[in-house]
Order: sequence, then structure tokens, then C-alpha cells
Amino acid sequence: MEQVIKPSVEQVIKPSRKLRKFSIGQFVTMLMLAAFAIVILYPLLWMVISSMKSYNEIFNDVWGLPSTWIVENYSLAWSKGISGYFMNSFFVTSVTIIAVLIIGSMAAFVLARYKTRWIDIALIFTIGGMMMNPQVALIPLFNILTNLDLINTHLALILTYIAYRLPLTILLLRGYFLSIPKELEESAIIDGCTEFGIYRRIYLPMSVPILLTTIVLTAFFAWNEFLFATVFIDSETLKTIPSGLMNFRDALRTDWGVLLAGMVLASLPMIALLIFLQKYLVQGLSEGSVKG
Amino acid sequence: MQRRKFNIIPVLFLLPSIALLLVFVYIPLIQNFYNSFFDFSVFSQTKTFVGLENFKNLLADKVVSVALLNNVKYAIISVVLQVGLALVLAYILEDKLFHRVAPFLRVVYFMPVMISISVVALLFGFVYNPQMGLLNSFLELIGLENLKEVWLGNPETAIYSVIAMSQWHSIGFVTLLFIVAIQKIPKELYEAADIDGAGKIRKFFSITVPQVREAIFVNTLITITGSMLVFNEPYILTNGGPGFSSTVMSVHMYQTGFVKDNMGYASTLAIIIFLLTAVLALIQIKLSRTGKDD
Repeated sequence: MEQVIKPSVEQVIKPSRKLRKFSIGQFVTMLMLAAFAIVILYPLLWMVISSMKSYNEIFNDVWGLPSTWIVENYSLAWSKGISGYFMNSFFVTSVTIIAVLIIGSMAAFVLARYKTRWIDIALIFTIGGMMMNPQVALIPLFNILTNLDLINTHLALILTYIAYRLPLTILLLRGYFLSIPKELEESAIIDGCTEFGIYRRIYLPMSVPILLTTIVLTAFFAWNEFLFATVFIDSETLKTIPSGLMNFRDALRTDWGVLLAGMVLASLPMIALLIFLQKYLVQGLSEGSVKG
Repeated sequence: MQRRKFNIIPVLFLLPSIALLLVFVYIPLIQNFYNSFFDFSVFSQTKTFVGLENFKNLLADKVVSVALLNNVKYAIISVVLQVGLALVLAYILEDKLFHRVAPFLRVVYFMPVMISISVVALLFGFVYNPQMGLLNSFLELIGLENLKEVWLGNPETAIYSVIAMSQWHSIGFVTLLFIVAIQKIPKELYEAADIDGAGKIRKFFSITVPQVREAIFVNTLITITGSMLVFNEPYILTNGGPGFSSTVMSVHMYQTGFVKDNMGYASTLAIIIFLLTAVLALIQIKLSRTGKDD
């Protein structure tokens, strides 16, 4: 928070402005901003603090700090189920990301580079998938996956996650690919580069920012997806974090400290990812404008 | 440039995407329309053709009107707060007067976005808990005991409690999107307005709002679409209850299909959800400049 300490250039040059700073309106605005910050921050802080309290302390003294910080809640949460959900989520999310990146970038490459009537149709077909939503397809998907003998497997989640992420991914990647100068590929063709070479050696390396955006958006979706994870996976050992947490809650009953510890653990990977790649999330969302 | 011979690359490169979209996105949608004319259960091999029976039931189903109304409440409150309030917040945070606290506040407001909605919903179970919940404890602390409420157990407050949680989760994120949009506005516009002696409110309405109107429009569309599809929040917090007071279309469809095992009618409910969102999505696709030749 260095910014808070340093006086800004503006204030040094024009001290007269400082006077206006304390008008009633600004004071009230500042107060409201701070109140809102507390409303946002406090429940999160409470989750972390209470994750190290006992049930009695949570119940009888909601606001207080723990008399002893029960760090064991975390190891208990991990061993009582979170570790399994965590690994499942990690596996499903990683495979989904890799597949979306490869399949989506290949399609976007063709859709950006070629112009025929068939390509136009393919473009409408792929991007049009954005109109469809998982809720509407839920029941038929359940039947299809049952018929394919995929229900209650990780593949059921992976395949559907890939399919529902492709339209947005292709939209974002294609938009980016279109901005790659044509001269590059023309000189590459003269040098004897194949189509696949152009894809791999020119398009992919030049699109790292948008590929990172795709990773963030896909990771976020796959890690948090709840509906498919609840309906398609039945066995406890295969559940991912969002649906697993519900089981975890029901199994623990009043072991609130452990539940809260599990919730914190479940949140850590995405917090880490977003801290590192926040810029790319914002970029992707302001271009593709999709949330949830 | 001379014509190349037939190129297999486009076919090979497009095939996986098209196959996946066909099998897991388009065919289910078509099948859903087909299913809505039948009566069937999850594991049964036979479907009984019932014609338009499911659609007739739709009109008689009182839960549908409750659910739709809740979706509309969700949409209205979300648009007011996630588009209206978020834009005002973004404007304030971009104001020079707050430039010292803005970076910190931006991070704070953005934080809930990083937390998965299932964790957030479990957390708000604690916030709304009638005995020890943070909300009731806070009301007690500031001497407003009489406002204490069984937030999720009262049919009057359940849906609003769920909606409030969604706002808590999403406002900061939309604020960030608006900040990005506001930062693209040329500074000269504000400087010219300063010379004309325009106040902050005047500048907000005559410069900021028109300059970010595209972002406002897109965010409004996404927010409404999200409100029509919302599932996780009410499902985890209240499961649509008490009674059906906080149910929404997605939850009603899920329960009809997978709890009551009435798959045909659930398919009909899914069609309604599709119709509610398809038009909005179409506008959004058009807006995102994916036209044939760009």
C-alpha cells in the first residue's frame, strides 16, 4: 500500500484542491465505499478465522477470535474428503484446459485463415453454440452419457465441459488470430512451412496472451462447475469440489470449523491462479463478455 | 497467388470441435424439443407420446409462475445493482479524489469473484443462520434486534436473501469491467467539461454513460441472461424453499426431472428456459463482431 503514503504529484502542485476534498459529499462517499468494502471483506475474513475455531466457539462467539487456533481443522478437512475432491477437480480441470486449448485453437486457426462458404457455416455453427446453455441440455445429455456408458465417470464432465467452453474459446482466439499479420505466414510458406507449421510456429507463439485468457476462463469454469458435476457424478470417490463440498457439509453436520477449512482449501487454487493471471481474466471478459 | 490443391487441414482442424458441439450441445437441444412431447422417467427405455400434454401442464403449474417471477426479480435487482450501482462505483473509483484508495478498494471489491459460488453459498449459509448468523448477530450488535429474521426459512425473505448473495458475489467484478471501459474514455472530454464548469453528476450522465453505453448494454444482456439461468445459488442455499418460495426455472426443472423423475415435463420447462435466453444470446453474438468479414 505504498500509494497511500506517497503524496500525489497533483496534491503537491495544487494544494488548493485539497480543501475541496473534505466536502460533506466526498466524506459521505468515502464512508459508503469503506462500508461496502467491509461488507465484502468481512465474511471472507470470518471464513478464514472461523476455520480455525471449534464448533462451540463459532456458535457462541461469532465475532471473536479463537482462543486456540485449531490449525488441525485443515489437516482434518483434507483427510476427511477434500483431498479426493481436490485431486478430482485438478484432473478434470487440467484435462479440460489442455483439450480446450488444442481443439479450440485448431478450429479458430482455420476459421480465421480460410474464407469459403463452408467455413462461414462452420463459424456460425461453432460460435452459435454460445446460445445453448447447459441447463437446457441437461436431461438429453444425461441420457446420451448413460447410453455411451460415460455417466459417473470423469470423462462425462471433461467432454461436456470442453463442448460448452469451445464456442467462447473459438470466438476469442479467432478474434486474436485475425490480427496476426498475413505477411508473416506468406514468408513462412515461401520458406517451405506447412499449414501445420504455420499453426504451430506462428499462430500459437504469437497468441500467448489470449491463450492465457483461455486458460483462466476455462480453469475457472471447470473448477467451479456445479450442475453437471452434481447430476453426472454419483460416486463419492469421483466427485469434484463443488458437488463434493455439499456432501462434505452433510457428512460433517456440526463440524463447522472443519467445513470452513475445507471451503478455504477449495478456494486456494483459483485465488492463486487469478492473482497471477488477473490481467488476462479482465482482458478476456471485456472482450468476450461472459461470466458465470 | 496461385490456387493450392485441396487442403485437408481445415477439415482435420475443425472436426473435433464440430463433433463435440454436435454430440454434446446441438443434438441434446434438438432431443430436448423432441422429449417434451413424451412422458418418461430416467432409466426407462420407453417413452409414451403425450402430444401437447406437457405444454398444457405448463399453464396449470403454479410453481412455474412463482419461478418465473423469481427469475424476473433476480433480473431486475441484478440489473439495478450490477449495472447501475457498479457503474457508479467504477466512476467513483476512477475519480481523481479517490485515486489513493482506489487500487486497494478495487482489489477488495473483486475478491468474491475468486471464490467459487458453491463456497460462497455455503458461507452465506453461515451469514443467514438464524441462531448464530453474521447478519442477525450484526443487527443485534447495532440494536436492531427487531429486524432479525429467519432469512432463508421465511418465504417472504428467502428469494431476496439468495439474490443479495449473488449481488455480493458479482458487483465487484462488473465494477472492474466498467473501470476498464471508463479508462478508455479520452481525458479531453472531461477536461472540456471542467472548463464548462460541469459538476461530477453532470459529467457522469453526459460523458461517462454515453461513452460506455456499449459496455452497459452488454453487461445488461449478460446479467439478464444469467438471471434467467441461475441455478447454483438458490439450489445450494434454499433448494427452492421454503415451499416453492425461492425456486427459479432451473431449480424447478432439475427437481421435476431428477427428483420427481418426470423427465418429459422437465424437458418442457427446459424449452422455456431456452426461449428466455436464446434471443438475448443471439443479440450478444451479433454484438461481439463475429460477422463473416471483419
